[in-house]
Amino acid sequence: MSATTFGWLVLACPLVGSILIGFGYARWPGRLAGWLATLAIGLSFVFSVIVLVKLLGMSSDHRQLTSSLWDYDVSAGVDAKLQILVDPLSVFMILVVSGVSTLIHLYSVSYMTLDRGYSRYFSYLNYFVFSMLLLVLAGNFVLLIVGWAFVGAASYLLISFWYRRTTATRAGIKAFVINVVGDVGLVIATFIIFQHTGTVQFLPVFHAVPHTFVHNGAPIVVACLLLLVGAFAKSAQVPLHTWLPDAMEGPTPVSALIHAATMVTAGVYLIARMHVLFEWGPTAADVGAIGGCLTLVIAATVALVMTDIKRVIAYSTMSQIGYMIMGVCVGAYSAGLFHLMTHAFFKALLFMAAGSIIGAMAGDQSLDHMGGFRKALPFTLICFLVGGLALSGMPPFSGWLSKDDIIGFLDHRGGGFEILGIVGYVGALLTGIYTFRMIFRAFWGEPCEEARELEHGHLHHADVPRNPMTGEEEDTDVGFPGPGHFIAERELPMKIAMGALAVLALVGGLVQVPGIDDAVTRFLEPTFADSKYVHVEVSAGPAWLGLVIGALIAIAGVTIAYRIWVLKPGTSLRIRERFSGAYVFLWHKWYFDEIIDFAIVRPTLWTGRVVATTFERGVITGVVTDGTTSVVRAGSAAVRRAQTGFLRYYAALMIVCVFGVALYFLVSST
Amino acid sequence: MNIGWYLTVSAIIFCIGAGGVLVRRNPLVVLLCLELMLNAANLALVAFARMWGNEDGQVFALIVMVVAACEVTVGLGLVVAIYRRRLPIDVDELNELQG
Repeated sequence: MSATTFGWLVLACPLVGSILIGFGYARWPGRLAGWLATLAIGLSFVFSVIVLVKLLGMSSDHRQLTSSLWDYDVSAGVDAKLQILVDPLSVFMILVVSGVSTLIHLYSVSYMTLDRGYSRYFSYLNYFVFSMLLLVLAGNFVLLIVGWAFVGAASYLLISFWYRRTTATRAGIKAFVINVVGDVGLVIATFIIFQHTGTVQFLPVFHAVPHTFVHNGAPIVVACLLLLVGAFAKSAQVPLHTWLPDAMEGPTPVSALIHAATMVTAGVYLIARMHVLFEWGPTAADVGAIGGCLTLVIAATVALVMTDIKRVIAYSTMSQIGYMIMGVCVGAYSAGLFHLMTHAFFKALLFMAAGSIIGAMAGDQSLDHMGGFRKALPFTLICFLVGGLALSGMPPFSGWLSKDDIIGFLDHRGGGFEILGIVGYVGALLTGIYTFRMIFRAFWGEPCEEARELEHGHLHHADVPRNPMTGEEEDTDVGFPGPGHFIAERELPMKIAMGALAVLALVGGLVQVPGIDDAVTRFLEPTFADSKYVHVEVSAGPAWLGLVIGALIAIAGVTIAYRIWVLKPGTSLRIRERFSGAYVFLWHKWYFDEIIDFAIVRPTLWTGRVVATTFERGVITGVVTDGTTSVVRAGSAAVRRAQTGFLRYYAALMIVCVFGVALYFLVSST
Repeated sequence: MNIGWYLTVSAIIFCIGAGGVLVRRNPLVVLLCLELMLNAANLALVAFARMWGNEDGQVFALIVMVVAACEVTVGLGLVVAIYRRRLPIDVDELNELQG
């Protein structure tokens, strides 16, 4: 069978899994639904590997295959087909997505046990993976938009999975609305591209772009900026990022899968896929790079003060995606995608480890309550450390190689882009500090009550489950988290998933080491063959210099965190008091929520209210409906007067009228 | 014979009928006058049929008779119903059906 057939199978597995689990939701005994879902995604991963093998068996200039099952609409110039594109980029993405998803499904099998929505959860999760695979495999804009919207819907379903939590449903709505803003951008961009090139299929569009658009002219720049709106909304970049921290209301494995490893990287994929357009409209690409750069700093600073462990990781995700967006916008495609891959490993690992701690805290997520889990959770600690070191870019972990790959490209490209590179280094320093702030606060220091209980072999269990954000009391029925809490130390599936990701986070970077190996770049080359940056290669010397600087910065970051939170506990409080203004500013997340609330939400609500009171009451009710009824009423009052009830009066009227008509005809005929 | 005579008779009968409907208040008489009007029309139809020498008008006259029979049935039924309910047998008094 050809590579594309396996591509279709990659898509089919999670779809079948989702439907099967969804329809039999009430009948799956025990953890069977979870195992089925894991099997479906595992098969998908196996097929992805087969696609990879098949693709590697072909010569490098024949590695772009399309296949369509049937036509949606092929008429009047539109050529929308159910079509997939199998090329190195999409294969790279399906490998990362299905691989990490398999491990996260495995983790969820344990983590979600005893939740009343167990089958529903796995049905949603499979549906999400299907949507994501559809997004990255799509061979034309129409299918891309379908996958894009499906992913948003799946994200909504999973964020508000515990639908009786008001905070969760609100977060789901927020995520969905902001994602729809991105969808609109993507759809309008598609329209502009279709209007100029006359096709919606990727490859013909990419071939046509240089002939149909003026280089850096208004249409291409506008189209690219609209694509960026889509990418920024999906990838949670400033200013469309506010949904991601709130999305942490979903179950922790969901955060690991959707809001760290896969969905939020869709924007990076989109820009890499559309690199031909972005290179033809470089102004938009620069805007994207600056946006990513801003995000990476803003998110890193906010992560310094957050106390909810999952929100810290969420801000860290935004920051890391900022690096990727910056990378793919300036032309460092393979570096950006390489960071996407390693980030998927270590960030999923961090979320899983955080899930394990949250399990030990019986659902509490606040760093203020945690402490001293070092002895109680040894395995989680190792995983957290591996993830944290990879995230802060410590050698020889994967994040070190991939992050500095991007920054090295920026410095090499020059022309003002070094500034972005320097900001990247600042972000890296902050990354080291906030990551290890989190680790030191959770694992070092005086053991909290839960940690001490766990050291004596007893997993803490809350008397009354509470919402970790608001402290409201909850029950454990459907729509709320189940009664079970799980830690990796006691659950084999969680242990396997975290162990595998820890190994990947450790060695995953070795596929691309400057001067030694560049497997990612070489593999992705056919996709980016038409890019003018494809042959821009940072030579080994400067690259290693960058890596050394990166390592030094990471060490500095970790050392600062160690001094503040371990050597001299209380330093952080002093800093907070000294710079209370800055602290409040960061605590309110740069006031983005407030600004958006003030600039968009409130005016919209105000307009709605005004329209409801004045236009709706005055024009619609007052003039249109009331006016119509009064006209009808007046007319009927006039006609009613003729209805006297006197039979002879009617007869006289009729006779007079008939005579009148007869006379008229007689007169007019002569 | 000239068709004009027939039509004149028909017109006279029709006017008598119409006048009766307008001036009489007893529903029975009103019905009778209605019959007069219908039969005036019948006479005109038959006269025209004869003038043109085809039977269509005669067929129409027959149909009008059928309709008239039905109408009389309903009308007389109403009159009987009015009588049974002890309502006034007077079309001017029966004026409740009004706007």
